Parts: sequence; structure tokens; C-alpha cells
Amino acid sequence: MKIRSKFFSAMISAALIASLLLPSAAEAKKLRVITTLTDLASLTQEVGGDKVDVEALAKGYQDPHFVEPKPSFLLKLRNADLLVLVGLELEIGWLPPLITQSGNGKIQPGGQGYLDASQFAEILEIPGGNVTRAEGDVHPLGNPHYWLDPNNGRRIAKGIAAKLSALDPGDQAYFQQREQDFEKRLADADKKWMTQMAQYRGRKVVTYHRSWPNFAKHFGLDVIGYIEPRPGIPPTPSHTIELVNQMKREGVKIQLIEPYFDLKTPNSIASMVNGKVVVMMPSVGGKPEITDYFKLFDYDIAQLTKAFEETK
Amino acid sequence: MKRFYILFFAMICAFLSATAQQPQSTPASPAPAQSGTDAATEQRLRDLEDRIVALEGEIRQLKAQGQQPVQNPNAAAPTTPPAAAPQTQVAAAEQGAAGAATQSENVRLGGAGGAASKALNPDVSVIGDFIAGLGHNPVNPTPTFEMHESEVGLQAIIDPYARGDFFISFGEEGVNLEEGFITFTALPAGFVAKGGKMRAAFGKVNTLHNHVLPWVDRPLVSQNLVGGEDGIDDAGFSVQHIIPAPKNWFLEFTGQTFRGDSSDVFKSSVKNDVSVVGHLRAYRDLSESTNMDVGASYSRGHNLFGTDFITHLYGVDATLRWKPLQRAIYHSFVARSEFIWRQQNQPDITACTAITCPAFVRTGFQRAFGFYASGDYQFARRWFVGARVDQSDRPFDASLTDKGGSFVLTYWPSEFAQLRGQYRFTRYAQNFDAHEAFLQLQFALGAHGAHPF
Repeated sequence: MKIRSKFFSAMISAALIASLLLPSAAEAKKLRVITTLTDLASLTQEVGGDKVDVEALAKGYQDPHFVEPKPSFLLKLRNADLLVLVGLELEIGWLPPLITQSGNGKIQPGGQGYLDASQFAEILEIPGGNVTRAEGDVHPLGNPHYWLDPNNGRRIAKGIAAKLSALDPGDQAYFQQREQDFEKRLADADKKWMTQMAQYRGRKVVTYHRSWPNFAKHFGLDVIGYIEPRPGIPPTPSHTIELVNQMKREGVKIQLIEPYFDLKTPNSIASMVNGKVVVMMPSVGGKPEITDYFKLFDYDIAQLTKAFEETK
Repeated sequence: MKRFYILFFAMICAFLSATAQQPQSTPASPAPAQSGTDAATEQRLRDLEDRIVALEGEIRQLKAQGQQPVQNPNAAAPTTPPAAAPQTQVAAAEQGAAGAATQSENVRLGGAGGAASKALNPDVSVIGDFIAGLGHNPVNPTPTFEMHESEVGLQAIIDPYARGDFFISFGEEGVNLEEGFITFTALPAGFVAKGGKMRAAFGKVNTLHNHVLPWVDRPLVSQNLVGGEDGIDDAGFSVQHIIPAPKNWFLEFTGQTFRGDSSDVFKSSVKNDVSVVGHLRAYRDLSESTNMDVGASYSRGHNLFGTDFITHLYGVDATLRWKPLQRAIYHSFVARSEFIWRQQNQPDITACTAITCPAFVRTGFQRAFGFYASGDYQFARRWFVGARVDQSDRPFDASLTDKGGSFVLTYWPSEFAQLRGQYRFTRYAQNFDAHEAFLQLQFALGAHGAHPF
């Protein structure tokens, strides 16, 4: 009897231990994904659902070219199963040393857990011929701000779903199903956005940095100039005067500004052309209410249509 | 072979885009035809467009990788939409096989492999450092004009397990291998190891190349106690590991062992006279925009007087950084300080001869201390101001203490060039003062490597 009760108590404690261990084992099965930007994190979350833990390194209101490679990022990278990056040398100033120091073989370039999202997207402004820095901080592989086109969002999500399926084949059906669902919701949302923007197709705008070519192409905006004389070079008086003259000539009233640029020059241009400065968010999380990829376009289009209305 | 495939992709692409562009221009016209186009055509168009984009992406990847062995040919296949399967999957499979074939072909071709094989060349950069100096300083004289250093960086990924970094610095005459090491990035259990010649992980300033310093010169304490510009820079091994720590703390230990030859700090007279360096770093984000970084370092090695004479170096460093994320390109502040102690055994009075003990050397045990503290503030996108306080004993005669201070103004025409002025005051132990002004021009060519944090 005594032996039996001992046996039972051993069984019970074993079961208890197992029950304690199992959920944690199930949790450990979650893929840990780190993305450089919040937009990629949002797309990964859309397709990964509750099978992934996603976190972005940069904040949505931060200039993605100039992120500090903080050691606290290493804590996130060293345990990651997958690193998703924008690529096209957008993160070249800060990501490579982080990857090297992470001590994580999986996420090294070329590794199973290294995913350059640019391979899935339509890339614009690929410079032809000889590239020199006389043109400023040019990206020789093309413009890296490609995620601001819902079509690219869909393609990237597809690519991420394929990668997640490769890393976790057991949940392939789950990822595919979520990806298709996302695609549907995105198509519906895009229809709405296109209708909202329909009456403004062909409108001319000026932007601060070349962050919006994909957005402009998708929604039919015509970007006629930039406040930066060259990518990465701050505005100069002579270039600003030239731009103001051009804006006056062509009747351009709207300037699209990223949240991390100083508003002094845009504001003075706005007063000279009697126009408006629109602070557009290039990334998810740029404002607290922009919590995902859909809300990013909701926000930007709301800002933009309001400004177009006001400057009719 | 590979070029043929690129050409092949380009042709498919051109063909598909030609077919796609025509109908695409219809919805782009002022009146978006919503009712006219039927859903199936739209879907087909979309699929077609996706195929082009996927192909373009593959071509970009191929171009970027050059003839690199295809790591994972299967990774590309599932990313292409199902409709594209017939061509691309075959292509991907062929590409996998061809990857191996061209690889061997490439070896045979050697340097005559054409443009595609150049894709495997390392990232090359050159950083020029030109300094003009004004003022009189008999202890540490500087020329009026000097092309102080031209640092050539060659960096590449070696294989899936390691990367290599070379930094060769050319003076006006003479070349020095500043660093040249391999980093093993895919070791188990999160270890990162390096082998080769490298700057030792002693404190902060010793790890930095000239061009990332916030000053024209190095602090007095580095000059006097840690080997000056060359610093502790030696051939050996290094291992670093992130230590488990309470939440949000970053703790990292670095252990290094070197041959034992570094400037006037260490000298290896017999083969076993290796030197060691240990560094513990603790880092924490205080807020989104502020962080703090502290470290403790230790180093031990044999000194100039022979194998029986040991030098110990102890250091603590602290850095506080502030950078408001949303205005990161316009404003920032960094405060830095390092305290360093150097203890060394030197020959005692009876053993001292004119050869082992020149005039500046005191006999017996020397315990020297020095520090610097500095602050740098970025007040506009291209402008920085900074100040530094210096003090340091002399290592071979710790009773002599030098003191000084500097003001620095830096201007960046762009990310790739820098103009810096520095005024430096030094009161040397022998009781005379030096007032100096420097103007420095730095410029970077080529792949802009990331700066260390």
C-alpha cells in the first residue's frame, strides 16, 4: 500500500512537472522574430499571428538611416530565430555590427534566419550608370522606402509567410491561411484608400526626403521636388529659393515631411507659397494610434486628403 | 554561366513588363475604370505584376551576391507566386546546381572573371585624416601640416561562419597594420571569437580608431599610460560573451590574450611573456533617448625592463548618451570619462644602469594614475561642440603629473566629411605650458562602414 501510494505520488508529481513544462515548451515553439522597422514587424505579426513573437528595433518616428546600434538591441538579436530587414543599404550604418556581435549564427547574412525583405518588393529609383556621392547619400541598389505601397506590403507579407513556413513547417497551413486573410483585408482597405485618393490623382507635391516614391506611384501623386537638395544633405538657401519658385510656377501647395525632420524650412516654404506642411508617418508607430500597417495608410491618407481639401 | 541566367531573367522581365505596362496605364488615367475591368483580368494583372517584381527581386539578389555560392536555393522558390512556378522553379533548381558549377569555374578564371566576380571583392574604404597644427610644444611636437593617417579598410564576409576586417593605416611614410582579424560569428552558445591583430578591449578610447574619436588627439591619460595613438594593439585571440543579467541590463565579458608587445606598455622579451586583457561592460537604457554604459578593464603584461618586470593596468569607464529619437539627426549629447591606473615594477636603485634606466625613469615600483572627462553636444544637424579635461601621471616616474584641457568645434559638410578645430592647453609636469590649435580634415571614400557604439 505504502509502495503504491509512493508510486502514485511520484506519478502525480511527474504529471505536475510535465504540466508545468509543457506550456512553456509550447511557448518556446513560438518563433522569435526581430525586424529592423516597425512596418516589417506589423506585417510579420499579420501573417505570424500567435505563433510568433515579433519586435522591431527602431521606433516608427525615428529616422531609419540613423539608428544607434545600442547594446540593448543585442539582447533582442541574440535569441532571435529570424531577422527581417529592409535591405538596400538602409540599415548599413547600424545593423552590420549588431549582427556580428549578436553571437547568433542563425541571423548572419545568408543564414536561415536572415531575411532581406527588399527581394520581394517593387523597387523604384534604381540609379543607372555610375553612382557617386556627388549625388548625396544615394542608395546604389534603389530606394529603400518601398514598404509604403500596399502592393509591396502584400508581396512582403507573402515572402515572410514563406520564410516562417520554412522555419516552422508544422504551422505552414496556419501562416498561409493568415497571409491569404491579410491579403483579402488589404485588398479591401486598398479599395477604400484608392477611392479616398481618387479625386487627387495627379496632384503635385514636394517631399523632404525621397521617402515616398512607392506611395506616390500607388496613389498617383506627382512628386516634383525635394526640400533636401540631395539625399541626406540638409536644405540650402539657394535650393530652397529654386524650389519655392518651381512650386509657385506649378501651383504646388503641399509638402510631405517625415516626422524626424526639422519643420523650420518647410514652414517658411509653406508661408511663401501659401501652402501646407503635412507631417506624414512613414512607419507604423509614428503616432501612438498607428498600431498596424492598415492604420498607417489610414492616418497618412486622412492627413493628405485633409490638406488637399484645405488647399483647393 | 551566371551571366546567362541574369540575361535570361532580364529577358523574361522585359517581356512580362511589356505585356503588363499597357493595361496598367489604363487605371492610371484620370478616370479610374472601376466597373469596366472585370475582376478576373484584374487578378491576372496583379499576378503578372507580382511575378515581375519577384523576378526583379531575384535578379537584384543575384547581382548583389555575384557568384557567391547559393546558400539556400530553396528559399527563393517558395517566395515566387504559384503562377510563376513553371519557369522560376526550374530556374531556381538550375541556379542551385549552377551555383556550384560556376564556383569552380570562377576559381579557374582567377582575376579575369569579369565584372560579376568583382562582386565578391571586399568592401573597400579609405579615410583620410589631415591635421594642421599651430603652437609650440617641446614635449609632444606636431608638424605644421601632416597627412596624419590614411586608413584603408577592407571588410567582407568570409563564409557562413565568419567575417574578416582589415584596417591598414598609412602614415606619410610607413605602413602599419592597425587591425586585421577574423570574427567567428556562428559559434555555439552565443560566443563571439576573434583572432588576429586587434585593438584591445581596454576601456573605451583604446578600442576606437582615430576617425571616430570626438577629438583631434587622444587624451593625456591615453598618451601617458595606455600607449598613445597605437595603444594596446597586438596579435592574439579574443572571446566575448553576453552574460545573463537582470531584465534590461546588458552585461558582456571580453577576455583577450596577446603576444605582449604594445607601444611602451608591454614588451615580450621571451616567448611566454603574453599579456592579457579583461573587460566587463554593463549597459542599460535609462529611457528611450538616454542610456548609460559603464565598464571595468584589467590588463597585465611584461614591460620594457624584461621578463621579470610586470605592468598592471586597471581602468573604469563611464559613458552617458542622450539622443532624442525623433530629432536624432539634430541633437545629441555624450559625456565620457575614464580613470586609469598603471602599476609597474621597474629596476631598483642598485640594478639601475644608464642603459636600463634613462633619465626619465625612476627606480622601483611606480603607481601612476590619470583620467579624462569630456562632453560633446550636437547643437545642429552638422555642428558639435565639446570640451575635455585631462590629467595624467607619467608612467616611468609617477611623481610627475601633466594636466590639460581642450575645446573642440566640429562641422560635418556631409556624413562623409568632417572639419574639426581644437584648442588644447597642457601644463606639463616640468612646469611649462603649451597652447596649441589644431585644424583637422577627415574624409571617407567608399563603403561607409558602421561606426562602433
